[in-house]
Amino acid sequence: MRAQFVLKEIGIGLRRNLTMTIAVVVSVALSLTLFGAALLVSKQADSMKDYWYDRVEVSIFLCNKTDPKKDGCVNGEVSNADREAISADLKKMPEVDQVFFENKQDAFAHFKEQNKDSPLGDSLTPDQLPESFRVKLKDPTKFDVISSAFAGRAGVQSVQDQKKLLKPFFDLLTSARMAAYGIMFFMLLVAILLIINTARVSAFSRRRETGIMRLVGASNFYIQGPFILESAVAGLVGALVATGLLSAGYYFGIKRGLADSIQLLKSQLIGFDAVISVLPWLFLLGIGMSAIASFFTLRKYLKV
Amino acid sequence: MARCDATVIRFDNVTKTYAKQPRPALQDVSLEVEKGEFVFLVGSSGSGKSTFLRLVLKEERPSTGNIFVAGKDLGRLSNWKVPALRRQMGTVFQDFRLLPNKTVRENVAFALEVIGKPTSTIRKVVPEVLDLVGLAGKEDRMPGELSGGEQQRVAIARAFVNRPMILIADEPTGNLDPQNSVGIMKLLDRINRTGTTIIMATHDQAIVDQMRKRVIELEQGHLVRDQSRGVYGYQH
Repeated sequence: MRAQFVLKEIGIGLRRNLTMTIAVVVSVALSLTLFGAALLVSKQADSMKDYWYDRVEVSIFLCNKTDPKKDGCVNGEVSNADREAISADLKKMPEVDQVFFENKQDAFAHFKEQNKDSPLGDSLTPDQLPESFRVKLKDPTKFDVISSAFAGRAGVQSVQDQKKLLKPFFDLLTSARMAAYGIMFFMLLVAILLIINTARVSAFSRRRETGIMRLVGASNFYIQGPFILESAVAGLVGALVATGLLSAGYYFGIKRGLADSIQLLKSQLIGFDAVISVLPWLFLLGIGMSAIASFFTLRKYLKV
Repeated sequence: MARCDATVIRFDNVTKTYAKQPRPALQDVSLEVEKGEFVFLVGSSGSGKSTFLRLVLKEERPSTGNIFVAGKDLGRLSNWKVPALRRQMGTVFQDFRLLPNKTVRENVAFALEVIGKPTSTIRKVVPEVLDLVGLAGKEDRMPGELSGGEQQRVAIARAFVNRPMILIADEPTGNLDPQNSVGIMKLLDRINRTGTTIIMATHDQAIVDQMRKRVIELEQGHLVRDQSRGVYGYQH
């Protein structure tokens, strides 16, 4: 194919339908931005899960003498024999990675440290805090195994999964991602319909040329090529705009917005390399979708 | 094999019925056209002339019967081979079908560009064919600046520039005055003498009577007359 001829045709076609081309570029850009954002949110969620699940523990609180006398605590404060049995059983479980024992003094020290600015710690004595086993699991999702093995056992007051505390946050990220995918779906639909219409208008406005091309024996490749490339170029420009929007969104939303204001989160936020890693998908989707949509449209309008 | 080569178009019992039309546009037509012939296709409007030409170009497929063009059975020709078939045919129409925003030279070159001919070939053959049709010196004019006869010469140059085996002309003189028509017929005759088969659908009685070439007459889809060295119609 003669590149010069094709490039000339693409330029003419895009300029002739400038308003339609702009509509295609904008809708492709928006749908790709949402697609990229959804991918980034799930990357962000993964990164936070990695960080937090590494740190969360299952806590097995042992009975204290102040606890109500029921369930595992009917005999009052945990006995030495019960405590040792629990410790031994925990260490035998294949799911368990590490076990730390926190006695009343440690618990008191932690409590004091966490509430050092509040008067709450002053009225407390170590006696009032429960002893606990802090269990690190090899797979943080296997909480149920521990829970079913120890909840209600003699000497165990309660089994608590810290992962549960993070659940609302991850649920929020999941719904944000779903919402982005949902809006993306409709934007994608709009984009595809616009591409189809643009290809149709383009084919109609050049029906004289294509009619002659057919008569002199130009191949389908020659006849449809400029139209398909025209759509692909619009898709490419849309992907470029989406790249800009995503980068700006990353810079102002995550880098300047979250990372600088919440120091705690800094290490868990995705870097710009994550943005770069989703870009190939944007370009693939933008260019591929446009080219395929116009290819199928033209098959109907430019028959041999 | 020699026999096959001599026949460029063959219709075997071809019937064409369009959807939603009770009467066939072409009914049980059989004929052969030899290489180098000049054939007039005559008949009133709606007699099936255009359908005949569209079938030769494989723009339509017959309802029944077989068509052979340039040794190929069109019924067995896959779609992607149709462009190759059309490169062996040139087409000229009553309404010229030139691109108004391209010059004479560009219009003719367009036909070669879109079939992927190299620029060097295009630069060489376009002036040659424009010279042949008598448009030397008007290469840079726009079609709108030319007379009807000159525009039809551009269309013929475009149809002939790829040296096709068959030239199909659908009422090429339909929009021209008698003087220009004679000029176009002289040109087609010259092209015919180079060995190109010409099939020309026409209503122009004077031209057919004057040329004394083979005449095929269609009437309501039937082939009613096939006469070598014929005239437009029977004298009553």
